[in-house]
Amino acid sequence: MDVTDTEAERGFRAEARAWLTANVPTDPLPSGDTAEGFRAHLDWERRLFDAGWAVVSWPAAYGGRDASLWEWLIFEEEYYRAGAPQRVTQNGIFLLAPTLFEFGTREQQDTLLPRMAAGQDLWCQGWSEPGAGSDLAAIGSRAVRDEAAGGWRLTGQKTWTTRGAFCTHLFGLFRTDPAAGRHRGLTYFLLDLDSPGVTVRGFDRFDGDEGFAEVFLTDVFVPDSGVLGGVNEGWSVAMATTGSERGLTLRSPGRFLSAADRLVALGREHGGRLTDVVRDRIAGEWMKAQAYQNFTLAQVTDIVEKRSPGARSSLNKVFWSELDISLHETALELLGPAGQWEGPWSRGFQFSLAGPIYAGTNEIQRNIIAERVLGLPRR
Amino acid sequence: MRFAPTTEQLDLRDVVRALWEDRCPPAVIRAAATDPADPSILALYRDFAELGAAGLLIDERAGGLGLDENYLVPVLIEVGRAGVPLPITETIAVAAGIAGAVGLDADLAAGNLRVACDLQVSVPAARAHSADVLLAGGWGGRGEITVLYLAGAQLEAVEAMDPAADLCRIQGAAVLHRVADPVLVEQAWNRGVLGAAAELVGLSRRMLDLTVAYVAERRQFGVPIGSFQAVKHQLASALIAVEFAAPTVARAGAALAAGDEDAGIHACTAKALASDAARQVARAAIQCHGAIAYTTEYDLHLFAKRAWFLAAAWGSAAWHRDRIAGALGLPSSGRGPTQ
Repeated sequence: MDVTDTEAERGFRAEARAWLTANVPTDPLPSGDTAEGFRAHLDWERRLFDAGWAVVSWPAAYGGRDASLWEWLIFEEEYYRAGAPQRVTQNGIFLLAPTLFEFGTREQQDTLLPRMAAGQDLWCQGWSEPGAGSDLAAIGSRAVRDEAAGGWRLTGQKTWTTRGAFCTHLFGLFRTDPAAGRHRGLTYFLLDLDSPGVTVRGFDRFDGDEGFAEVFLTDVFVPDSGVLGGVNEGWSVAMATTGSERGLTLRSPGRFLSAADRLVALGREHGGRLTDVVRDRIAGEWMKAQAYQNFTLAQVTDIVEKRSPGARSSLNKVFWSELDISLHETALELLGPAGQWEGPWSRGFQFSLAGPIYAGTNEIQRNIIAERVLGLPRR
Repeated sequence: MRFAPTTEQLDLRDVVRALWEDRCPPAVIRAAATDPADPSILALYRDFAELGAAGLLIDERAGGLGLDENYLVPVLIEVGRAGVPLPITETIAVAAGIAGAVGLDADLAAGNLRVACDLQVSVPAARAHSADVLLAGGWGGRGEITVLYLAGAQLEAVEAMDPAADLCRIQGAAVLHRVADPVLVEQAWNRGVLGAAAELVGLSRRMLDLTVAYVAERRQFGVPIGSFQAVKHQLASALIAVEFAAPTVARAGAALAAGDEDAGIHACTAKALASDAARQVARAAIQCHGAIAYTTEYDLHLFAKRAWFLAAAWGSAAWHRDRIAGALGLPSSGRGPTQ
């Protein structure tokens, strides 16, 4: 057991902290889930990129720093500690990019990754459909072969697409072989939302921001270079991304350590209205954030030593999403009526409610844990 | 950074696990409930001591292994998993530093001494029938610890929910030494907290294993009950609680081993999470078993009752949260729990 930074890691931490201290906007940006706020966030993303902090774990050739997983964790810890803005580019960087690194052709990697890192291409995830949520394999959107044009023609509808109205590109699953089994006939496509035949309609999320979109596709042409992984291999390619999404990369411990520290500070600030019950809850939330950190240290060690977490990434997803809600509920309980006013805690609370739903509902995660970690019978 | 046990630590764990699998089946826990000083129970401790584990934390010059809490945690997880009816945390963890200060370390390392604890003084002590020495005082890592000799003392049994708890009120024990060194008193406390947390992780895993095996076998409505989501989700939630407590216990062990300034905070966190996890696992395990869990013929109750006992000992989850809240600077009404 060695939980101390090496000398190189200490240097990396100091450099990240110094840059963030000097550069993080002092006034919080407007919500990144509105058109105006999204633009403000993009400016921030580009500053991050110019300074080499947008994608620290990527190869330098694509705009990264070749940082180790430990350094990535350190960066995330410093990022949230500094109170830096949410990452509106995260669906590309954290969800699509790991899949591109694993399944993409050299050409796809060379073309797409640098533009993604620089915030030039902005990616949204096109998985859910009106009839395919938790039952993702029920996807009905079709892709039909256009041999003459050397590509595919996509038709269908995607929905609950996060920041879809502000993004330029979509990665998604489409059915290429309706005769094959539910999981077998799907293909993973990469497409430009400016393509003829695409209509995007933004709509409001729970918190009133236009953070969701429906994407309608009518005979949209995608060349063969827009297929990621093999034709009809989409399910297994996509499942590689879900591991990233559920686990570590979407929600690093730094995020919750900093939220827990802010909750403790709130408790001290409002000491006059702090009942022993709420005090007990704050301590409990703080401890859970430490537990998430400790779990992650063990998980990163496993990954570094080539022991794949596999279905255990579902443990992370349930834990962080439920921790995020209980942290915010505790803050609102402390604040009383003032907790209902527009502010970071009421905003954060509303945002946290989505956690147990997106990236595979927690009901699906608990099925996965029961069946693949505990080994309980499927039927 | 590397946050995983070493091969050496895993090897030690495997040896200890194999010992208990061989020598401490549930029948031994039942025997201890009938007679906690049964020679077969005391013989079990000799087997454990022969591995050198009694002196795990004791200096090599006194015949110990000279190891640290990174080794202690996996060993005590196995003690918990087996529900070993002996005061092992008290003997090999709590007493190790105190024994060195009062010249009992060689006896302890040789496996010739077993230790019980009465931290709050005159509160019934657990496992006193199988102990030779009593440590009294030192609750919360403060005050002084009195070392008493149990031979010749009067032990009055106190009934407890856990039939193998062996709770006793003790009178007439002879005082051997007093230890007031605040470093040793705090270390003894932190190691007891850590040890109880580690045992709770082991107990939780044992209860989960029993339950997973049972619900995969037990059939109702023509299918294994483990195929129902209502059962799956309870057990998945229980597993999550254990899987997030366990690395926190390991982290507390590492912090104590490294002498970190905030080691006590890590120990509090570990005990609170391990206690809550064990309680959640016990509830889910009993519920998912159904009526068979509510018998004493079936073994689950042995582990559940031990888990509740340890969850309440060495500071309950609420006690440790109160302590953490204080450390975080959260003002209190001043009516916090005392035990």
